[in-house]
Amino acid sequence: MSETSEHRFTRWAVTAPPTLFLLAFFLVPALIVVLASFQYPGEFGGLAPLTDPGDGREHGLTLENYQFFFSDFLFTEIFLRSFAVAAASTLICLVMAYPVAWLIARSPRKHRDLLVLLVILPFASNFLIRVYAWMIILGPQAGLAQAVNSLLGAFGIPPVPLLFSPFAVLVGMVYVHLPFMILPLYTNLEKHDPVLLDAAQDLGADAWRRFWRVTWPLSLPGVFSGSVLVFIPVLGMFAIPDILGGTRDMLIGNLIKDQFLGVRDWPFGATLSILLTLCVLALAGLAAWAARPRRRHA
Amino acid sequence: MALLEVRNVTRRFGTFEAVRDVSFAVEAGEFFTLLGPSGCGKTTILRMIAGFDLPDGGRILLDGRDLVDTPAEKRPIHTVFQSYALFPHLTVGQNVAFPLRMAGVGEAELERRVGATLEQVHLAELADHYPHELSGGQKQRVALARGLVNKPRLLLLDEPLGALDLKLREEMQLELIKLQREVGVTFVFVTHAQPEALALSHRIAVMNRGRIEQLDEPSKIYGFPKNRFVADFIGNCNLIEARVAERLDDHLRLEAAGLGDILAPASEGAQAGDTGVLALRPEQVRIGAADAPPAGENRFPGTVRDFLYVGDVTTYQVTLDNGQEMAALRPNDAPGRARFFEVGDRVNVSWAREAGHYVRD
Repeated sequence: MSETSEHRFTRWAVTAPPTLFLLAFFLVPALIVVLASFQYPGEFGGLAPLTDPGDGREHGLTLENYQFFFSDFLFTEIFLRSFAVAAASTLICLVMAYPVAWLIARSPRKHRDLLVLLVILPFASNFLIRVYAWMIILGPQAGLAQAVNSLLGAFGIPPVPLLFSPFAVLVGMVYVHLPFMILPLYTNLEKHDPVLLDAAQDLGADAWRRFWRVTWPLSLPGVFSGSVLVFIPVLGMFAIPDILGGTRDMLIGNLIKDQFLGVRDWPFGATLSILLTLCVLALAGLAAWAARPRRRHA
Repeated sequence: MALLEVRNVTRRFGTFEAVRDVSFAVEAGEFFTLLGPSGCGKTTILRMIAGFDLPDGGRILLDGRDLVDTPAEKRPIHTVFQSYALFPHLTVGQNVAFPLRMAGVGEAELERRVGATLEQVHLAELADHYPHELSGGQKQRVALARGLVNKPRLLLLDEPLGALDLKLREEMQLELIKLQREVGVTFVFVTHAQPEALALSHRIAVMNRGRIEQLDEPSKIYGFPKNRFVADFIGNCNLIEARVAERLDDHLRLEAAGLGDILAPASEGAQAGDTGVLALRPEQVRIGAADAPPAGENRFPGTVRDFLYVGDVTTYQVTLDNGQEMAALRPNDAPGRARFFEVGDRVNVSWAREAGHYVRD
């Protein structure tokens, strides 16, 4: 089909602005970060010049930032901890979100929109306020901590603080990201044809096998998108560990933030960002490879 | 003992009685059909036999054993759903293997039976394909193979041909008959399409409003409908309101308003004074030009109002002089002749006194 020039112009006019926007404000900054990770830090933050300023200062490109990362296992440890927290949050979100999503998908059509609204209602209030609210809930004065500790006390276990602990970080992560798991799961489960479950039952599958043989495999695309939507933000999150975590609960997000805003070592911050991005891409590639379409015989 | 026995089964949804006191028995190896318009309760009965629904009253027995406490997954009864309900994430082979896996059949035996069953429905070469890659007819075969692979005592088919186009449907009808004979599994078939029911079944239960109106062999259902509903629902039928004037030894003399006397075969129990209808199939009615009246004891003049040419036959709609509408079917057997009469032509319609079936009210 040949296009008229008018059509071509319209299409160009519609697609060009967002394309240019992405080029200018996403691709270019990303390339700047890559470049920065190979530079020296400036004296008072920022970056050292690429060309020799003639006063003997560090300049040009270097691999020092990457060498520095691998010189201290502490950084790798923070990476591993962050991935562990992200994986745990994702798993907990999945286990908690699945029944909720299933319940919404199975409820009468007229109630579904209301239930979905309830799931996203927390977004109506400020993120930080919601996280600070958990400081109160988990705080030592609150009933929850006292109940837990009196229970522990009954078994002769010394009291533990709930707040400023890995536990509090996990609670905050799960709480904030749960809707991101519920919504894609719900969207997926809602599309399942209930007659498939009838067919499975008819052919001899009990409730347990109906779930694992039909519902679960069919929901995998929803599980996958939900997991991505939780895993990636949790990995980069710094506010929740800052507010709810203790001093030893630092995650990559905090580390990177500190490089830019605290230590003012931009190149190392850029290096950490690049390494994080590479790890995530590798993981996504692995997931895509694992989920590749296959043809198997019965 | 009958394989399946449905005894006085009733099912209510709120105040609506979907199934009212229905009883029938299906013999082993039979092709049994529940036929009726949508909403007549046939699918509800099927769901109760499968175990997706329970009767409010009455019992369903398989081999003489009440099924009420057996959940659907434990019943040796499989269903072919109208929408096929193939598992989209499994290949054809895996779909067919599903009931065997559920039954814990070993891997080697499973492979062998899946292969043999796919062979039977001519799908062996598609074993590795996914359902979305198949045509409607192929999906239909997979659903059949999946339902039959585990040799159920009973296979329930819920309008399985409804989604196919006409030509494919006729092909599948022939295959269904062949397949049922080959595997020897008892079929309970649900449909609203009466030609399908007539073509496939050993026996048919015609249902209306939750009740069985008539349970008989196809030719009996067609030739000797028990009541107006069955006469009207099965095939095309001329219904002539008439009163029994006199019962002679093997036939009846009927009186129809404005037509006069009609001779008809005596139906069971018909007595002088009864009211009812004479059910007369269009193919039993002959049509001839006004000056060349066709043979037959019952003969009436009329005018051609309309005709429907479908190739092999033409159905003429004739308005008799008393206003009665009659359909008469004439095969287009004369070479080169598309039709014999035009709209407005004066004609005679006639039928033999052995034709038709008198249905008392």
